Amino acid sequence: MSIGTHFSYAVTVFLMVAGLFIVIARGNLIKKLVGLAIFQTSVYLLYIVPGKLIGGTAPILDDRFKLYSNPLPHVLILTAIVVGVATLALGLALAVRIREAYDTIEEDDILARDVDDCGADRQGK
Amino acid sequence: MKHDLILRVAAKLLIPFILLFALYVQFHGDFGPGGGFQAGVIIAAAVIFYALIYGVEAARKAMPDRLVETMLASGVLIYAGVGLMGLVMGGNYLDYFVLDRDPVLGQHRGIFWVEVGVAVTVSGVMLKVFYMFVSRGRDPE
Amino acid sequence: MSIALHLPALQVVIPLVSAPLAVLVRRADAAFLIVTAASWAAFATAIALWLGTGDGATISYAIGNWQPPWGIEYRVDRLSSFVLLIVSGMAAITLPYSRTSIEREIPHEQHYLFYAMFALCLTGLLGITITGDAFNIFVFLEISSLSSYVLIALGRDRRALMASYQYLVMGTIGATFIVIGIGLLYLMTGTLNLADMAGRLAQVGGTRPVLAALAFLTVGISLKLALYPLHQWLANAYTYAPSAVSAFLAATATKVSIYVLIRFYYSVFGESLVFEKLPLPEIMLLLSLAAMFAASAVAIFQHDLKRLFAYSSVAQIGYITLGLSFDSVTGLTASIVHLFNHAVTKGALFLLIGGAVAAVGGATLSRLSGLARVMPLTSFGIVLGGLSLIGVPGTAGFISKWYLILAALEKGQWWLAIAIVASSLLAVAYVWRFVEVAYFREPSADLATRREAPLGLLVPAWILVSTTLYFGLETSVTVGSAANAAAMLLGIGK
Repeated sequence: MSIGTHFSYAVTVFLMVAGLFIVIARGNLIKKLVGLAIFQTSVYLLYIVPGKLIGGTAPILDDRFKLYSNPLPHVLILTAIVVGVATLALGLALAVRIREAYDTIEEDDILARDVDDCGADRQGK
Repeated sequence: MKHDLILRVAAKLLIPFILLFALYVQFHGDFGPGGGFQAGVIIAAAVIFYALIYGVEAARKAMPDRLVETMLASGVLIYAGVGLMGLVMGGNYLDYFVLDRDPVLGQHRGIFWVEVGVAVTVSGVMLKVFYMFVSRGRDPE
Repeated sequence: MSIALHLPALQVVIPLVSAPLAVLVRRADAAFLIVTAASWAAFATAIALWLGTGDGATISYAIGNWQPPWGIEYRVDRLSSFVLLIVSGMAAITLPYSRTSIEREIPHEQHYLFYAMFALCLTGLLGITITGDAFNIFVFLEISSLSSYVLIALGRDRRALMASYQYLVMGTIGATFIVIGIGLLYLMTGTLNLADMAGRLAQVGGTRPVLAALAFLTVGISLKLALYPLHQWLANAYTYAPSAVSAFLAATATKVSIYVLIRFYYSVFGESLVFEKLPLPEIMLLLSLAAMFAASAVAIFQHDLKRLFAYSSVAQIGYITLGLSFDSVTGLTASIVHLFNHAVTKGALFLLIGGAVAAVGGATLSRLSGLARVMPLTSFGIVLGGLSLIGVPGTAGFISKWYLILAALEKGQWWLAIAIVASSLLAVAYVWRFVEVAYFREPSADLATRREAPLGLLVPAWILVSTTLYFGLETSVTVGSAANAAAMLLGIGK
């Protein structure tokens, strides 16, 4: 077992960790979403790669072909991609609304204003 | 870009073919790569292209918000309707085999309508997302 | 065609179809009628399914007539039918409430979209519970999550947007962890059907990818169910969401995630791998204790009533996972009973607080001072709900704590029994904060002009309050179902 034979797994793990790191380390809401998208993309790779057989073809039965790739991961990941797009669209929509409400998309600034809001709440007005 | 003659003429020429290609992808989905998702996105892309060249207002006139919203809901209904047809014809939910006397034909029929539903919803959703983001910050809320 | 055979499909399809219908009619009244009717139909279906599985039968339904394990299978057994009952029942009560409640919180032209989102959220939660297919769980999980992000963002306060965003990020990480876990399981077994997967895992159980899958699933689902250190999203989400949404999500969303955890642990991995070979019970025990004490302690120092009860939810989830960590029939029974009891109690509390918020304009404790003079029914209901959270005899909360303590004593861990009682004292402290503010302070001049919440808000809330009391005395339904489900999961009896 070396990096060479498990190249795709190495890429998957790299994307996974990189995406998660961006989500955690960046304060900008849009950059966080980019990280989230990269994180989700790594999962697409995790599913698709083992489904592909080298030399295998699409599983449409025909006498000329003996080796077929597994089609199920593709179908699953098509669903996951749609979910990913929906999540990204919703996240961006929220970012737009947050920008309108707070005039910033930096998490630290927003949280600081939230603290002010909570303080105002506590005083009762 | 409203006054760029070349773009306007090229767009007018291209858009019918984009739509035609969408239909090809849609109906060829039975026998080769393609299907509702891809076709829906291509249809939406044609409208977005139109909006880029002729302005969002023109696109909104061609594809009004009401229509887009109806599309996004009715596609799901078509999909679920195929499923319920399966029930009515005496099979399970989403059972294609019972949709025709010949099970293979029933499969064709079932997947055809499901893909129609998918295409309608996907293009509706894509356009809705596009309209929503475009209109933000423009109309005084 | 016989309807009875198709109930498992209809359970999900009816709420699903109601969502696009609500969008098509575009009118708030019509959308309300359609979605409420759908939720009642779903509740009726759940009751029928629950009765159908009463004798220990498992109902299996092949979607599209593709036989399992190839096709997607819907599978109803004693546990899932019980959870279906909780989810659809809560929706059936929250929806009539929402009609009056969202009037003040959401612009009128968006009401039909609110109902459509609510229907989708319900569809997702019911789907997670009923499906017997691993990837289908993820799809339904995302349907319910995405719609709940939208529902939370509809809150009036601008902080609702940030709460929704944070929930979106945390929830998506959780869901993606779950897909990674499912993917690893699929790679090892070649199947997505949960029952089939369990059979095949016997050959590869304990190998490293399976353990990794277990870890990913545990962390991912724990994020979704707000297990103690992963609960950061919950407080803000519950605090700033519209009242009806807080109540519905607090009562159902985390509960369904716990169901998924139980399902994966007992029906897929098997208890011998999870609870005997790995130190998972110890970890879960520690985290549950941390949740019970730390979250309750945090709740005591909150200034906002909604946030106070949100932290109390984290603590109550600690009780549920504590029951899981015992790995015994009694412990599991306690967990499953508490799923129900906590759902009903928290639902009632958030519905009542929603009434108070509608009258007062906020849920900060300083605004609520003297509430009992102005809104006696609302205040009394909140106190009764609080008593159930503490676990006073005669309320539903007592039943779950009783079984938890029994389970602890069964294992000979009397110190745990003491810990459960001690953490209940913390609950006394935070419930007392409300009592002190509402009953022993003078109402402000502004508050004195307000009146009791309208009937549209009070009636659904009091239905839940009386359910809390009823199931504190009459336990054959809840404890019976839970004990049956626990015995089934542990493979004891029939």
